[in-house]
Formats: sequence, C-alpha cells, structure tokens
Amino acid sequence: MKVAYWPGCVSRGFTPELHGSMALVAPKLDIEMVELDRANCCGAGVIAEHNQELVDTLNARTFAMAQGVEGAAGMMNICSTCQGAQTECRERLDASTDYRSGVNEHLKPEGLSYESNGDWWNKNFLWLLVEEIGLDTLRERVVRPLEGLRIAPFYGCYIVRPTRRLGYADHPERDRYMEMVIEAIGANPVDYAGKHKCCGFPLITMNRTTSLRQAGRHLADAIDADADCLVTPCPLCHLNLDLQQPDAAKYVERDLDIPVLHLPQMVGLALGLEPKELGMNKHVVKTGDVQRKVAALAAA
Amino acid sequence: MADYTLKIRRFDPESGEPAYWQSFDVDLAPERSVLDGVLRARDDEDGSIGIRCSCQAAICGSCAVRINGKTALACNTKLSDARAGAKAGEIVVEPMGNFPVLKDLIVDMDAVHWKKVQRVVPWLLPEGDPPEREYIVPPESMIDITQSMACIQCGACVGACLSLEVDPEFIGPAALAKAYRFVGDPRDGQTESRLQDLAEDPHGIYDCTHCFACVEVCPKDVAPMDQIMRLRRRATGDFGIRDQNNGYGHEKAFVDLIEKYGTLHEAQLLPRSFGQGSLVRSQLDPNSVKQLVTALPAAVNGLKSGKVSPVKALWHHKLPDQDQVRRIYKEIESKDERLELNLYIVGESGGEEEGAMAEGSQES
Repeated sequence: MKVAYWPGCVSRGFTPELHGSMALVAPKLDIEMVELDRANCCGAGVIAEHNQELVDTLNARTFAMAQGVEGAAGMMNICSTCQGAQTECRERLDASTDYRSGVNEHLKPEGLSYESNGDWWNKNFLWLLVEEIGLDTLRERVVRPLEGLRIAPFYGCYIVRPTRRLGYADHPERDRYMEMVIEAIGANPVDYAGKHKCCGFPLITMNRTTSLRQAGRHLADAIDADADCLVTPCPLCHLNLDLQQPDAAKYVERDLDIPVLHLPQMVGLALGLEPKELGMNKHVVKTGDVQRKVAALAAA
Repeated sequence: MADYTLKIRRFDPESGEPAYWQSFDVDLAPERSVLDGVLRARDDEDGSIGIRCSCQAAICGSCAVRINGKTALACNTKLSDARAGAKAGEIVVEPMGNFPVLKDLIVDMDAVHWKKVQRVVPWLLPEGDPPEREYIVPPESMIDITQSMACIQCGACVGACLSLEVDPEFIGPAALAKAYRFVGDPRDGQTESRLQDLAEDPHGIYDCTHCFACVEVCPKDVAPMDQIMRLRRRATGDFGIRDQNNGYGHEKAFVDLIEKYGTLHEAQLLPRSFGQGSLVRSQLDPNSVKQLVTALPAAVNGLKSGKVSPVKALWHHKLPDQDQVRRIYKEIESKDERLELNLYIVGESGGEEEGAMAEGSQES
C-alpha cells in the first residue's frame, strides 16, 4: 500500500527513534511511504488557538501535497496530535466550499489546492494498521509473538476525542485498537484508568504541576496494574511519560520506572526487528527489562 | 430474565458506611432512558436511591451522572445505547467525577460548579450610563456567543474535566465557557479586565489541558474547550495580555517558530515560552531563568539518552519552501479581521445556503 507520509515534527525532533522505527516497520507490512518533506507543522492545537484560518491553510497545504502523491490511497501520520489537529482543520475545510476556496487562494502561488474528497483519508498508523493492513495480516507477519508481555496502551487525547469528529460512528472500536493490536502480536493488554486520559503535555510550559501530576498518575496506574511497559501512538505523550518521567515521580511522590514504547517499536519487535535498531536504547526510562523479556521469548 | 441490569454506586455519608455497588434489574423498553431505569429501580425496589432529575427532556441539566465511565445526562441516554457500551452486560451508573457526593448519584454542585461560575462574574458589566430604555444589540453581534449561551449548567463537562481531576482549583470548563458568554457580549464593558483576570489566574484559561473531554460529553455542543481557546485567542491576539503562566509566551513562541522554520524547533520552544516568546528575554529574565533551571533535568536526560542530540538542539533546518509558509502567514496575519468558521453556528454543511461565515471582529 502506498501512502503519503507525514511524520510530524516531534518524530524527527525529540523522538527520532519513532521516525526510525516506522521506516523499518513499513516495508515489513508492505507500506510504501512517500515522505512529505516540504510539509509544515500541523499546529498541535496551538496555532488553532492563535488563528483558525492560518492553521487551516497550513494543514490544507499539507493535505494538498499528500493528495499530489500519485497512487497514494491517503495520508498516514505517526502522531495522535497530528491526527486530531489535522482532522479538526479538515472538518472545517470539507464543510464549506466558500471557506475552502478562500483557503485554497492562499495556496495558489504554490500551485496547490486541497480537494474535498470523501474517499481520501488521513490516518494515524494505528488506524491504518487495523483498517487498511488488517489484523490478520499483522498476525501472519509476526515472527516473535510477545507472549507474556503485559502492555498498557496510552492513546493520547487527540486520537480518541471528540468521537464525532474522529469517525467513531463508522469505526466504533477505534478506542480499542491498541488492545486489538497488542493481542494480535501475542501480548497481553493491560486495562487501567489512564489509557484514554491526558498525558499533560499541552500544559508542560504553562502549569508544570498539573501536567506532571497527570503523567505521573497514569504511569502509577499502569505500574499498579502490573504492566511491563506502556505503548503510545503519540510522540508528545511519549515525551511527557518518558522524558519527564523522573520529574513526574516527584509530583506524585512515588517511584516510577516503567518504559514507554512508541507504537511502531512495539509492532517492530513482534515483526522480528531488534530493540537497538528500533531505537529502544534512546529512551530516558531504560527498556532493558522489556528487551530481556523479548530476548527470552526468542530463545524459548 | 430482566431487560436491563443497572449497577448503581450507593453512598450515604450520614450512614458512616463506605460506598458500595448495588445491582437492580429493570424491565423497560430499549428506547427508555437510563433515568427511567433508575427511577423504576427506586419505585419498585429501593426508595432510598438518590438521584436529581426534573424535566426528563435534556433541558434542566439535573441528572448528569457517569454511565459506563462516561459523563452524560441520564434522561438523554437510551438504555439500549447504554448497554451497548457496557461491560459484562451491566449498565454502570455512578455520580459525576470531580464533585463531592452528597448521596448516591447526587453531587454537591455548589461546592464545585456554582462556586466556579460565580468566580467569573457571570453577569454583564456595562460601561457608562445605562440607556434610557434597553440596550439595543444587533442580532449578528450576538451570534458569536450563541454556542456558549446554549449551556444548561448540567456540570457534565466539569465532571469529565481531566485538568480538574488533578487540579481542583482549575476554574473549569463550564465557568470558562460562561466567561466567554460575557467576553463576547458587545454590551459588556470589562472585556480586557475579564481576560486579564482569567489569563493571570494560575488556574484560569492556561490550566486547560486541551484534552477534549468536555467537548465529548457536553449534551448541548457548547464545546467548552473551544470557548476557552477563544478566550485565549482574545487575550493574546486582541489585547496582547502577557500573563505570568506563559500562555502568551507559549503561543507566540510556537507560532513564531513555525513561521521561521515551518516545523517545530523544539529546543527553542521551552525557553521562548518562558521568555514571552523571546529567546533573548528567556535568558535575561530571572523568572524565565528559574523555570529553565527547573526544566533542565529533563533536557539533560534527553541528551544523555541520545533522544536529543546537541546538534539537533542547537540547529534546526528550515523547510525547502519556507518562504511559502512565511507568505501564507503574511497574507493571513495582515488581515484586519480574523476569519473563523464555527460549525455550531453555520451548521455542518458550512452554511453555504445562507453564505454564512462567522468572522472574528477583532484586529489581529
């Protein structure tokens, strides 16, 4: 399957292991990714706060570039936040011909135009994996079932809310896809209170206490539910849950030491890729225990 | 076998007993509501079940509870829909989160919701002498606030708010949506001071974590989070309010970095946010330096793990067509008015029949 690929800012910035692991996982699932290297930031909710027309135009520019990728079925992202921010813009762009025309006027000098087309999709890798690749295909490709590994999913707000905008009417199980993927690769999904809650990242510069209390609580809940690790389709969540985890521990006044994997890393492990090539050595909270369990599975 | 089973959380603080769960079987048609189910259980099995309700038509906002973990009006949730989302076939009914429980499903609205609504001064504060007769307001100038006016004060958004969950002092979605109802009202004369107050409060508009929980549960599509974002937009864009919470700084830093590079230069986002958008100020202002020091351990951890390389932290490439992004910025930011398309107002078809398009009436 050929897709226009929007990796987002963070996967090429502070979570390079995400971008790297996706590049390795894609061919194993027959995903041909055409990276949009001229596309711009989705705005992550912040530019929307500032100026709606600006954020809609910037994302229309990205959509138009993606629509120009010949033979691509749609656009894939690897960031929950990009998914939500871009879907919000697309909803407005698709709703009004007048508004869309005005936005497209700004794109004319580049020879770009966003065309509203119900068949064209923009999907996070998680959605693409379940809806386009299919869990049966994933199961077939698993060479290293992660049996016995207890994995706590952490979705990220922008991929679960608001359900009306995010296509949950057509795909009501989207808030269970992580568990379904975890099961498909042979691991055990861990249920815990925080899986659909907010990691706190949007507040990290504005209210550090609230932000890190949120992260700390979810990490603590996952630990209390006996999870070996968390997995997330959102690199911003990863930053608050992994990079900030030592600080988050102080805010919830307890020890926290639980690795947080990116979704492509987890899938990559099951597809036979090695932890190091998936960048699992680039985490703040060491992934050694997970790696050892995976190595033991391989040896068994 | 009963049509539906309701698993209700029971709690009576006067009894001195801890909370417990109690299941009730009810025979009702699938289109009947969860409220009907609770009332049937109360009528037929246990008259002591506590729940607030009045209109039973999703207007009074009395019966907001948590159904299978999601906040909703009990009268506006069909039993059949509730069971579809239930685990193990039982419809779980609990009091809303973020509120003290008075009894069973009844929460203390005064302690949280009404106290916070009072906090935002929920009445008009006009300037100057009142007119001889009534204030005359053109209908189109009120369109902007119709969404916030649709609130029925049920508290569902407050019960679902993920910021309130960890910061009970947060003013919260309902009260802030109510604040926008007055900030956006052309008759109010205290727009700037209201915004200044809500921006400077450490538990005000910059304590919203942007999680959409309130948007998801609101039975009237008020989208409280969107109203909070509009308050932020007015505070920064119209009045340039430089708050102590880095709200202005974060927005300016982010917007400026995308204009400059096209994608986010993360290493500059934090210092610029602390320095009201300025990298220089971030290193000169004592308050900013203090915050940078607080954030330093995470940066060091990132460098040590290899997640962040020193080169990447210092250098960020611009997009090949960055001049195009800058051109878009210039075209849009130079407009006298901000253009906004509010689908609540124009409808999901974009209001093309009427040619409707809401416009922000403020200078950028």
